[in-house]
This record gives sequence, C-alpha cells and structure tokens, in this order.
Amino acid sequence: MNKVIDPGSVDRPNSYIGKSVPRPNAKNLVEGRGQYVDDLVLSRMVHVAFLRSPHAHATILAIDAGSALEVPGVLRVFTGRDLTQHCEPWVATLAHLKGMKSAPQRPLPPERVTWVGEAIAAVVAESRAAAEDAAARVRVDYEPLPAVVDMESALLSSTPVIHAELGDNLCFQRVNEAGQVDEAFARAHKIVQATFYSGRHTGLTVEPRSIVADYNRASGRLTVYHATQAPHMMQAVLAKQMGLPEGDVRVICGDVGGSYGIKVHVYPDEVAIAVIAKIMGRPVKFIADRFESFSSDIHARDHRIRARMAVDAAGRISAIDVDDLTGIGPYSVYPRTSAVEGNQVVNLVGGPYDFANIRAKTTVVFQNKTPTCQYRAVGHPIATAVTEGLVDLAAEALGLDPVEFRRRNLMKDGGYPRTSPAGMKFEGLSHEASLTKLLGLMDYPALRDEQERLRGQGIHRGIGLASFIELTNPSPFMYGVGGARISAQDGCSVRIDPDGSVVAATGVTEQGQGTEAIMRQIVAEAVGVPIAQVRVITGDTLTTPYGGGTWACRGAGIGGEAALQAGLAVKEAVLKVAGAMLQAGPEALALVDGQIVERKSRQSRMPLSELARIVYFRGDTLPPDLPRELLQTRHFITKQYPFAFTNGVQASWLEVDVETGIVRLLKHWCVEDCGRVINPLLVGEQVRGGIVQGLGAALYEHCIYSPEGQLLVGSMADYLVPMAAEMPDIEVGHVETPTKESLLGAKGAGEAGTAGAPAAVMNAINDALKPFGAKAFAQPFTPERILAALGKVPTRSPEPAPSPPGMASPAWAAPPASKSGGFFARMFRRV
Amino acid sequence: MSTALNVSLTVNGERVSRRVEARRHLVDFLRLDLGLMGTRTGCEHGICGSCTVRVDGRIVRGCLVLAVSLDGAVVETIEGVSDRGEIRDLQEQFIARNACQCGYCTPGMLMTAADLLRDNPRPTRAQIREHLSGNYCRCTGYHAIVDAVEAAAAGRNARAGP
Amino acid sequence: MKAPPFSYVRAASIADLFAKWEASGPDARLLAGGQSLLASLAFRLSEPSTLIDVTRVPELGGIAAVGGRVRVGALTTHAELGGNELVRQQVPLLAEAVPLIAHPAIRNRGTVGGSLAYADPAAELPACCVALDAMILARSASAERRIPAAQFFTGPYMTALGEKELIAAVEFPAREQQERSAILELARRTGDYAMAGVVARAQLEGSVLADTRLVLFGVGEAPIMAHAAAAIVTGRPVTGETIGRAQAALDTDLNPPADQHGSSEMKRHLARVLLGRALRRLCGVEEARAA
Repeated sequence: MNKVIDPGSVDRPNSYIGKSVPRPNAKNLVEGRGQYVDDLVLSRMVHVAFLRSPHAHATILAIDAGSALEVPGVLRVFTGRDLTQHCEPWVATLAHLKGMKSAPQRPLPPERVTWVGEAIAAVVAESRAAAEDAAARVRVDYEPLPAVVDMESALLSSTPVIHAELGDNLCFQRVNEAGQVDEAFARAHKIVQATFYSGRHTGLTVEPRSIVADYNRASGRLTVYHATQAPHMMQAVLAKQMGLPEGDVRVICGDVGGSYGIKVHVYPDEVAIAVIAKIMGRPVKFIADRFESFSSDIHARDHRIRARMAVDAAGRISAIDVDDLTGIGPYSVYPRTSAVEGNQVVNLVGGPYDFANIRAKTTVVFQNKTPTCQYRAVGHPIATAVTEGLVDLAAEALGLDPVEFRRRNLMKDGGYPRTSPAGMKFEGLSHEASLTKLLGLMDYPALRDEQERLRGQGIHRGIGLASFIELTNPSPFMYGVGGARISAQDGCSVRIDPDGSVVAATGVTEQGQGTEAIMRQIVAEAVGVPIAQVRVITGDTLTTPYGGGTWACRGAGIGGEAALQAGLAVKEAVLKVAGAMLQAGPEALALVDGQIVERKSRQSRMPLSELARIVYFRGDTLPPDLPRELLQTRHFITKQYPFAFTNGVQASWLEVDVETGIVRLLKHWCVEDCGRVINPLLVGEQVRGGIVQGLGAALYEHCIYSPEGQLLVGSMADYLVPMAAEMPDIEVGHVETPTKESLLGAKGAGEAGTAGAPAAVMNAINDALKPFGAKAFAQPFTPERILAALGKVPTRSPEPAPSPPGMASPAWAAPPASKSGGFFARMFRRV
Repeated sequence: MSTALNVSLTVNGERVSRRVEARRHLVDFLRLDLGLMGTRTGCEHGICGSCTVRVDGRIVRGCLVLAVSLDGAVVETIEGVSDRGEIRDLQEQFIARNACQCGYCTPGMLMTAADLLRDNPRPTRAQIREHLSGNYCRCTGYHAIVDAVEAAAAGRNARAGP
Repeated sequence: MKAPPFSYVRAASIADLFAKWEASGPDARLLAGGQSLLASLAFRLSEPSTLIDVTRVPELGGIAAVGGRVRVGALTTHAELGGNELVRQQVPLLAEAVPLIAHPAIRNRGTVGGSLAYADPAAELPACCVALDAMILARSASAERRIPAAQFFTGPYMTALGEKELIAAVEFPAREQQERSAILELARRTGDYAMAGVVARAQLEGSVLADTRLVLFGVGEAPIMAHAAAAIVTGRPVTGETIGRAQAALDTDLNPPADQHGSSEMKRHLARVLLGRALRRLCGVEEARAA
C-alpha cells in the first residue's frame, strides 16, 4: 500500500483532505469554555507551591519548615529527603549519542541545588495562596558553591566540575566529517567566516505548565491530568520512576494552552506532584506561575558557533566548517536529552546545499543555569542562521546577488533521493521551485528597486532570505534506538456506532495546532461520511491506541496515516457486510456521504446507519461466518527514511532606523513544502505562528544571566515577546512534494516557520546595513547590538561573561536573590 | 479592618454575594468563587492580557483588580458576552480564520477586540494591531487575528449600511 | 504569584481617608488604580498591612478649568485624561502622551495621581508635568501645599511627598497661542517603558523658540531638564548646527545609568537622536519616512 492519495481522483467524493475545514473544538475555545488543567476541580484537591533555590549552586545544609506548617490551610511540606524512597532518580542520556553523560536527577534534590529556580521543597495547602504564604516561611540553610556560568570556560581545568563523578562538565561532543575539508579550504577561491551567537530563550506558553495528579489508594491507580504533548511517554516515565505498573498509571490531556516543545519534557517538579499525590492519596494540583516559569521551564538555544565557508571561483560552495558550543543546564533533561539540539545543528548545517566537504562539531557543556531541551524547531534555527549567514557573506564576497548564489548552490529539484554531506537522507525536496515561488510572491525585483530608491533618501531597508530543511515524521532513529521509551509509531482506532456516526481514537495529541481537525478530515474521507459525523478522541492513555503524542511534526504524517489506514479498513469492513446484505460484490459498492452506493452509478442503496443497526442489533440476519468488525485499528511507522525532510524558504523585508537601532518588520513570506497539505488553513497558521516565534527570537527574547548565575529576567517586562503591533503581515505559499512512505503523503509543518525566520531577519538586517559595512551575528538583534555594529555605541559582549580580574562587570542591576532585572528594579525600589 | 470582606456585585447579569479574602484578584474570584473558567491568568502581573474582562463597561486586567474593590460593580466575562451573542461575528471570524489555536489567549483577545470595535467601527489594520498590542498570543503570530477583527468590522459596517 | 495577606478598607471622603490612614499604622498603602501596586504585590516585593482604597473619594476626581489652568484630579484615569475635550484643547501634550502609556486595559484603571506618585524614571506623565511646569497639589490630614513638578520627582520612584501625604490633583497651564509641544520616545514595543524619551515644549515665534523646556525621561533617575541644551536653542533660529550643539550639550545635562536595554553611552546616544527629532518636530520639519 504505497499509493499516494490523488487529489483529483474520482474515488474521493468526501474530499476533505486538502480543504480548509475549521476546527471542531474551536467553538468551545472562543466561548471561553475550553477545559484546561487549571479548570479542573476535584474533591479534596490540594495545591502546591514550590520553594525554589535562590543560588546557582549550593549545598543544602538544613531545611526548617516549622514556621511554614503553622500557616492556616497548610498540610505538609516535602523536601528531597522525604521523596527519596518514593521515586527512583533518572539519567537523561541516549545510547546512540556516543559518549553522552549526565548525572542522576531526582524530583527534589536532597543535598545540593544546581540552578537558580530549582525546586527544593513542596508546600501542600488548601489554596495556592496559603501554600505561597507558607513557602515564604520555610528556612533553608545553604552553603553557596562556585557556579559554572560561562560556557567558553566550562571545560577548563580551573573551572569547578558540577558533578564530580562525571569527571568534567562535558555532556556530549560530536564531530561529523565528510569529504576533504582542510584541502577544500586550502585551495578555496574565497573564504568567509563569522562567529554567530544565539541567545538562550524560553517558550513562554500562555498557559503555564499545569498538572493535577490523583492517587486512589483503594485501586492503586494514579490518574494524572497533564498539559503534556506526550501522555504515553509520561505514563511510562511515572510508572517506571515510581515503581508502578504502567497499567495503573493513566495520563489524560484536555485542552492545552500551547506547548511548542516546552510541555513534552519530564520536569522534576511535576514528577514531585505525582509522588506527593501517591503519598497523600488525594488530588494534588500544581500550576506554575509566570515568575517561576522563567527559571523552571526548559530553556533552549544558547549557542556560540564559529563557522566558515569555502567557495570556488564559479561561486560554488566547496566546504563548510562549523564549531558549535552550547551551554545547557546541570542535568540533561529526561528523556529526550539536552544534547539533541547541538546534534541537530551538526546534522542540519548546510542542509539545502549541494557540496561535498563538511566538518561540523558540537560541544555540549553543563552549566549552573536552567536546564535546556527541545523547543520548537530544535537546532534548526541555529543551523539555518549559520548556513544562510555564510551564504550571504559568500555572495557578497563574490559580488553576487544572494538569490543568484542560492540558485547556483541549492540542491536541484529532481535527482532525489539523495543524501546530504552531513548524512541526512532526502526522499524528495523542492528548493528551486520553492525559491522561484517565493520570489514571485514577494516581487523580489520590485523590492530591490524600492530599497535602492529609499537608500537615496536615507531610509535603510533590507531583504533577507533563508532556505532551510526541516526534519519531520521521526523514526525510532531519533530516540528509540537510544533506549528511550518514546514511541515513533502511532495508532488510530476507528469505529462506527449504531447511528452511523464515527469515533476515532488516536495516540497523537492536540495543543491548538488542529490535530483533532485533521484527524476528522482524514477519517471522514477515508470512511466516507460527512465530517460532522466524526468525533475524535485524543489524549488519554487508557482509551487511545499506544502512540507517541505530538512532537517533531509527526501528528499529520504519522498519526494521520494511521487514521487514514484505519478509516480505509473500516470502510472495507463495511463494504464486505454491505456486499452480503445487498447480494453484490464489495468492489461494486462504495461508501459516500454516509450512504452505501453503487460505485459506478452512485445510486444509493442503503444508509450506513441501517447497516450499523443490523450489525449491532440484528446480527442474526447476516451470514453466520461473515466478519463484521466495524472497529478497526491501524498503527503506522515510517519505514525507509529516518526522517521525512521538508524544505522551505523565507524572506524578511524590514527597515532599520540607523540612528536608533530599532528594526521595523515590514513583511514576511514563507514558501513551504510539507508534502500533502491536509488543511491549508491550519498549516498556514502553524507556519505563521512559528515564524513569529522566530521573529521574537531574532529581535527580543533573551534569558540573560549574571556572572553569578542569577537569571535576570523574571517577568514579561524583562523578557520581551512579540506582540501584535510589531509583527508584520505574513504571506504563506506551498509547494507539495508528497512522501511515498504513506498513502497520505503528508510530512510535517509545525516547526518550519521557526526554523527559517531568525536567519531571514539577520540577513535582512545585514542587507539593510550594507552601505555602512556593518554586520551583526549575535541574536537577539537588539537596538544596542545594531548601533554597536554601526559603530555608534561601544560593543557589549554577547553574554555577560564573568569579568577577567581588574575589569568592571556589565552594569545590569545587581539583583536581590532571585528577584532581578529591570522590572524588579522598578518594583523593588518603590517599596 | 479585615483581611476578608463581603462583596456584592453583578457578574454576567447575575447578582452575586461572597465573602472574599482582600488579596484575591478578580480572576481568582471568577474562577474559584464563581466557577467561571473562561477568564484566566497567563502572567498575573498585568502584561499578557489573558485576564482581560469588562468592569463597568471598560476592559481591565482582571489580575490587577481586587474583588473586594468591586462592590456594586458590573462585571462581564467571556461567558456572559458570548451567551448574549454580542461577539458572535468576532467568534465566527476567529474560527473561520483559525485565529484561535490553543484558545488560551482568546477570551482576552476577543474582549479587547470587542472594545476596539465599539469605539472605532472602522479600524485600520495598524489600529487593530495597536489596540491588541497588550494581548499576548504565542500560537497564531497575530496575522489571522487581525484578519478576523478586520472582517468582523467590515461585516458590521455592511450591515449598518453607508 | 498570589499577594501576601492584607486588610482592606475603602475611604468614602477625603476626611475619611485621612482618618483611616492615621489609624492604620506605617505599613498602609493607598490603592488607586492598582496597576503598579497590585503587580508588585504579586511578586511579594512588599507586605503592606492594609490597603486603603481611595477610588471613591469624590474630592480626588474630576477635570475642570480653574482660572487659566486645567486641574486634573488624581483619580483621573489615563483613558479619561486622553479622552477629555478640555485636556485636548488646553493641554494637547497630555493627550499626545496618553496613547504611549501601556495598553488600553491598563489605561482604563491606572490613574494620573498613581503614575506621578509612582515616579518611574521611564514614565511619560512625570516628564510631561515637568515640561509643562505643572503644579502638584498635595494634601495631608492638616495641610495642602503646591509643589512645582520640577521639584516633585526627587529620584527613582521617589517624590517630594511627605509621610501620609497624597496627591490630590495636578494643575497644568493652558497652552498659549504659539505653544508647540512634542513627546517622542523609543521603546522596544508599543506600550513598553521607554528606553529613552523626550518631551519638548516651547513658544514658537517665527522660527525662533522661546521659553524652551526639554525634559528627558528613561535616561536618568528622574525626569531630567536639559538646561544646557535648551539654552542653546532658545532665542535663535533653529538650524542643523544649533541642533547639533544642543545634542552635544546633553552630555552636560545627562549621566544615564545603564540598564537591560543598553549602556550609558547608548542612552546618551538615543537621547541625542530624540532631541534632534523633537526639535525638528517643534519647528515643523518633517523626518524622511516611507510608508
């Protein structure tokens, strides 16, 4: 079964696939009637507030909760020692990332804190407010230890080692090399190079991390209502760490207020909630507030990359050499690990281009900062920024238009399947067609004319392009082979109910991207019923087939394929019964719009509801040996390709005020090839949303640390996210190169926007600044950095590194413990 | 002087009376005392806009208003505004354009959009963006939201006539 | 981020307010719009014993013309200030400033008195008051006094208000015929606190500025009157050359602390740029700008 769905086929009368069908659950959401975890109220439910470390690194000498327990409404205070025997520690490594190491981590640390914001005690009370009152009274004696805060010096012998048993602060290192790199540089016509920085940032989901865990002592069952992307994975992890049979753990996801990868990880404080629920035998709720989210949600994208590119006289790339350094937290995050981001930079750099010689190295080092892990487009934005930044530098060095340079070097359409120099297997991409489409959408020549005309008036606009590849539909080669119980397959059960309505239960989950909508479309089309008759169940480990949840853009390509195959199987089963009932061969019949019809004439013979009634209530009227399974389950896993790679290209058109350094985003375009588009409206909005997250990274978002390891952002006045007034209109176009791995032909689309946007903005800024010979490579591209590139203000280093002796440290407000940054300077001084 | 007080106010047309801790903000009052979950906090310090509700006819940050200060006030939440049908066109446009993805920011966004259209029936896209500039959305990137508000405004103007 | 526990009382009149304030001890705080106070309590940055709600004190409200001035009651919200016809006509600078303040929902609750008492160095209204030569009417239980705006803002989040003294109203002079004013600020995003801002106000007689007041905000511990820069552009035609000298003179007037947006040098640079733009706007010279 490797025929791809043909959109023009007459066999598709219920043709929902490819249509912009609105989401069924959106009506609830626009009326304020969604059901998020914090909306849940259970009998005898209690609330937790965590006390969190104000030190980047310290020994816990003593914790005194006596005064805290006197606060009215407070029930218990748990520390790391209290939970030790109830939960096994975990170590987040993957066997296939050779040499990777990390230290065991517990829900609450019994002896030592290793980052500002690490939870060290849990206060349980009848209300969150009372729990916070009590947390403020818990007395902790710390002995501060030296903190590792600078990734550049993390591996020096003079730097303290965070986990002595590991020997050093190296989590993982990898060099990927192909061809003759040094030789290519030696004989290069031109070499371009730059050092790129990507600032650490965080996802800032509008709904914070949320969990309610409930343990029933009588049945021995743990039920967890969790804003998570991967309920089956959480079921496996909680069962394993708490020593429960997996069948006694149920994880349920209702509506989730945004994830983008933030909610796919195992958080020690959330595990603590499950353990506390088991100890107390009642529901326990924890909703992270915004302040604690800054230091306890995973961070991402803290990189310094030295990169260079060699080109020949014909303007062809001959080699790329990349040295990536990234600073994670003190632990790799479970179970996906904190080395994957650096590893993906290595795998993806240079991705769209046709060249032979590559060396890419990543060094992943531990630090006493918030742990980092996968966040939307993991590694792609960095790989794309480095690649596309080098491409524009090379074009400039050769005197070529950036479009022309790309045309000479992008992998040609046709000529697939092929493998990149980094070893990535591509089934079929469309870089050339996508670029052509993009240039048409944006009217590239007109923009260049406008740029030139306005330059004459002292107005500086820039165009930035970014070609990219994106990995989707991951196979077990991503996590499973490394030993992680993360499922790369997925399943869907489709059943017909007596009234002819259809229920589909799927292992992929919904966080707002429209999983339920596309499942409905696929199942309605596969079975042959009006879409209004299809209901979808997601997010419940007890009632859905075993699956992997939503991550790495697998919902449509893998979950959708399972749904398609299950739906087709149900139709096949229906037609066999219909054939028996109607004295016809099943091949002469079809199921269309909920009616069994004659395939050729389309004449209706019987409603589906009638067939279902017979099967369920009058089975005596059917031949005794006739199979009549109106419920079919199918699981799908990709077979040939470790990832279904997609491709795309983006353009940013912006204006730089060269006196103030402020960037005004005028317009943004993206042409994306995600294979078969199931719902253009949903895909388009995923791309737009992803782009804006990338624009936020490019211009605003930065988790800044002091030299002592204090996180200097603790509010939304310090950590700036993109808001409506600064964001441009975004035009999205598509090219479709379906995958032949599945009937559906769909690849993933959710992360493409984020992958390319920062690179496009960087290139546009540098294009705008070309008349001044100024360049900027450190993200976020703040007004200060742009003015520094223009030589109008002194440069401050990309990160506030610990000062060498004798130099003043960067002049951010010195914070009181854990309350810091500009916003707090305002608030603190006032009071 | 007391840390808990009686307060009587109107919420979505219903008179409610409760004894409330002085420190409880309006959002917690709505959620914990009245079970109205459509209003929510995303930051609890007045920046993200998820908590936007109407008090005495004007939009405010529910997380920066004490429930006890609202004795005699008239509060409208997304549930009430929705049930009255006042924003049906905005809601339909949000659905049609997928301007609501995860839905968490949506009630606050709709309350603010309704506020805009009441005072400015013919907003430009820039004016829409400006008025919504205090409502954080992480899913949509705002473009579809602006389209939805623009379309709703056009629909109202068409119905209203020249 | 739940606030710590506190008591709450509501004042029904100004006399009632002072009686309650006196009775409630040193840790009581006045609650007006609450947009700054309640946010700070969410972070538990202070633990007041009592909040005294002043929002229903009639003596603190209202906008009225009073003998050639516009008197704005302390409880006037930003939204009311910006939408008031008297203010638009007589003190247009304030109407120009209001849309720069935060966002609509905040402006519906935040008050003029609250903003001035809070005295954020990067806020717009304090700088406007200084530029407009406003008079702050302060009241205590036993006395009233008038404090010129230029003397009111004494440091970051610090004012000349005494213990148990509040702002009752602010009086602004009505604009004169030739008065020109402008407020410009640079913020990362709409509604953010300014990285740097300038309020410029002068009488324009032909091409010559008189009675020039240039007030910088976001670049010091309080709004800063740029005396040296103002002196250079007063009494002579404004040209590119005088603007350049005025910008250079800012180095005398300013000593900006660094913050998360930039170094001290960056603040100086932005102040210079804004000053040039404000002066050109005052004189009616348009900046090059494309759509």
